[in-house]
Amino acid sequence: MSKAILEVKDLYMYYRTTKGSLKAVDGVSFILNRGETLALIGESGCGKSSLAKSLIRLLPRNVAVFRGHIYLDGKDIMKIDDSKFRRTVQWQRISMVAQAALNSLNPVIKVGKQVAEPLIVHKGVDIKEALERARKVFSLVGIPTVFADRYPFELSGGMRQRAIIAMALIMNPEVIILDEPTSALDVLTQANIMNLLKKIKKEASISFILITHDVGLSSELADKVAVMYAGQIVEFNDAESFYSSPLHPYSQKLMASVPTLRADRTPEYIPGSPISLINPPEGCRFADRCGLRMPVCSKEPPLVSLGAERYVKCWLYAR
Amino acid sequence: MSNDTLLTLVDLRKWYRMKRGIFGAVQYVRAVDGVSFNLRRGEAISLVGESGCGKTTLGRTILGLERPTGGKIIFKGRNLADIDSKGMARYRRQTGFVQQDPFGALPPFMTVTRILEEPMIINKIEKKERRERIHRALTEVRLTPVEDYLKKYPHMLSGGQQQRLVIARAMILNPELIIADEPVSMVDASVRIEILTLLRELQKRHNLSIIYITHDLSTTRYFSEWIFVMYAGKIVEKGLTNELLKNPLHPYTRSLLQAIPDPDAKNRFMIREIPPGEPPSLVNPPRGCRFHPRCAFAKKGLCDEKEPSEFEAGKGHLVSCWLYADAEK
Repeated sequence: MSKAILEVKDLYMYYRTTKGSLKAVDGVSFILNRGETLALIGESGCGKSSLAKSLIRLLPRNVAVFRGHIYLDGKDIMKIDDSKFRRTVQWQRISMVAQAALNSLNPVIKVGKQVAEPLIVHKGVDIKEALERARKVFSLVGIPTVFADRYPFELSGGMRQRAIIAMALIMNPEVIILDEPTSALDVLTQANIMNLLKKIKKEASISFILITHDVGLSSELADKVAVMYAGQIVEFNDAESFYSSPLHPYSQKLMASVPTLRADRTPEYIPGSPISLINPPEGCRFADRCGLRMPVCSKEPPLVSLGAERYVKCWLYAR
Repeated sequence: MSNDTLLTLVDLRKWYRMKRGIFGAVQYVRAVDGVSFNLRRGEAISLVGESGCGKTTLGRTILGLERPTGGKIIFKGRNLADIDSKGMARYRRQTGFVQQDPFGALPPFMTVTRILEEPMIINKIEKKERRERIHRALTEVRLTPVEDYLKKYPHMLSGGQQQRLVIARAMILNPELIIADEPVSMVDASVRIEILTLLRELQKRHNLSIIYITHDLSTTRYFSEWIFVMYAGKIVEKGLTNELLKNPLHPYTRSLLQAIPDPDAKNRFMIREIPPGEPPSLVNPPRGCRFHPRCAFAKKGLCDEKEPSEFEAGKGHLVSCWLYADAEK
């Protein structure tokens, strides 16, 4: 058994728009190891949610380009056709807690039944057993099992978020994508959910991809960090190196823009705004906002490998 | 009361009437339940709390958008309850509001010019003056070159630009008090600092008073002189920003601070201590201290019986918690 559970190689996903194709995911490669969490961070519109949707193949109709390799446990799942993907991979081996998921529960179905539903639909488990399994997952995510017989409106925001996480867990997936899992929650509830995810990560050996724009929050789970900018991963690093000394100039600015409670420094914002993903110019996409710009930056920067599972897409590090 | 006090709240209450069914008993949602404080000219207060703690209602009540159920709002020495409608119109000119959702706060069918002009037309400001003020306001919020923005509609602006336009509108009548209700929660993390820095600059330049309502403690530190922490309709702790962050006293404030992660690779090995349960219903808040059912330090027979008064635990550092009853000097 290899260390990697998910390996993404040269993944491209473009949307078709009236103004031309929008390069939301533009040549992305990374490795997710078993039992590890990869945090995918970046500003809104950088393509992080599109990348997530590509991995679980929940794509809208206006996809123009979708190619590359996604190896799940060594097998390229890009070669599987849509209907088989839906039957065998989607929600079952890779599942997702979507953004603003709080409102995605059906208001007229009891929570327990909603959580059990994937088992009934995909695995043909009978209702009684499925509900029993749902109760077990409920106790894992810290929902009192009696709540299985309640409707979503009877649950608080934190409890509903736990139910959604239970739903993602019930099929025993190998990879769970968490897309801004706590963005709608209060500070204390958010910390509570993060505690829960830490516990699940430890006990259930599931690999997570955590998507967020909150750098502080990402450090709650991340073993590895991928920084995304304008459709590309510009830095891939382990948590220890990343949070203490990020490599890419963009990562450094992103880190400097984080307001902190404990460290004594004034946050600085990043001037300018990201470039359009429709016809992005050649060369480094961050160059216009970068304080360390060099003449060579008008050419596409190389991926510079800095040891095992660390790389940065920047001319500063090229020899 | 010193001369430079702009706004004073005395035991302010805002209760909403609620009736279930036709014969149901009348109940009250105590959204704001006895809030008192002083705000000086040129100072910023961060009002921090979780959703449903009443912080937005408090902001709206101060602005005059809600009628208080009890208590006083004293602005420049005059009780708002005593002033007539003309006085109220003047009060509205002297206060500005920056809403949470900039897109929702801007009429989609109006251009930038029209949006900024509207409050000035209502207040009968001359056309020439209007032009000048629009120009100045847009320059101040850095929507420049101004000419590029005048004819744009809100949807043509990015989230950060929309929020800056909302700030420009709030500033256009030269107010003395700005209430900013979660001004950055809907914009991107990297834009947040830019907007807050801008608000801070405007505050310094015009000697404005700001009430910055937020759930995010980590942004308060650079943008306000004071932090007031609100829980279940009451302010439980007040202190100078740095003092409160370094030395939080109320158990609720402590857990709020404990819950916020700074970027650090060690966080992932740490389980945070979070008080159990949820904030109480504001219809039937617990007796005594409203935090006592979740508090690890609650004393039986005291915290669940008697409401704590405000104790002074340090200079200007006030905390409503029985733990500090002896600390008072």
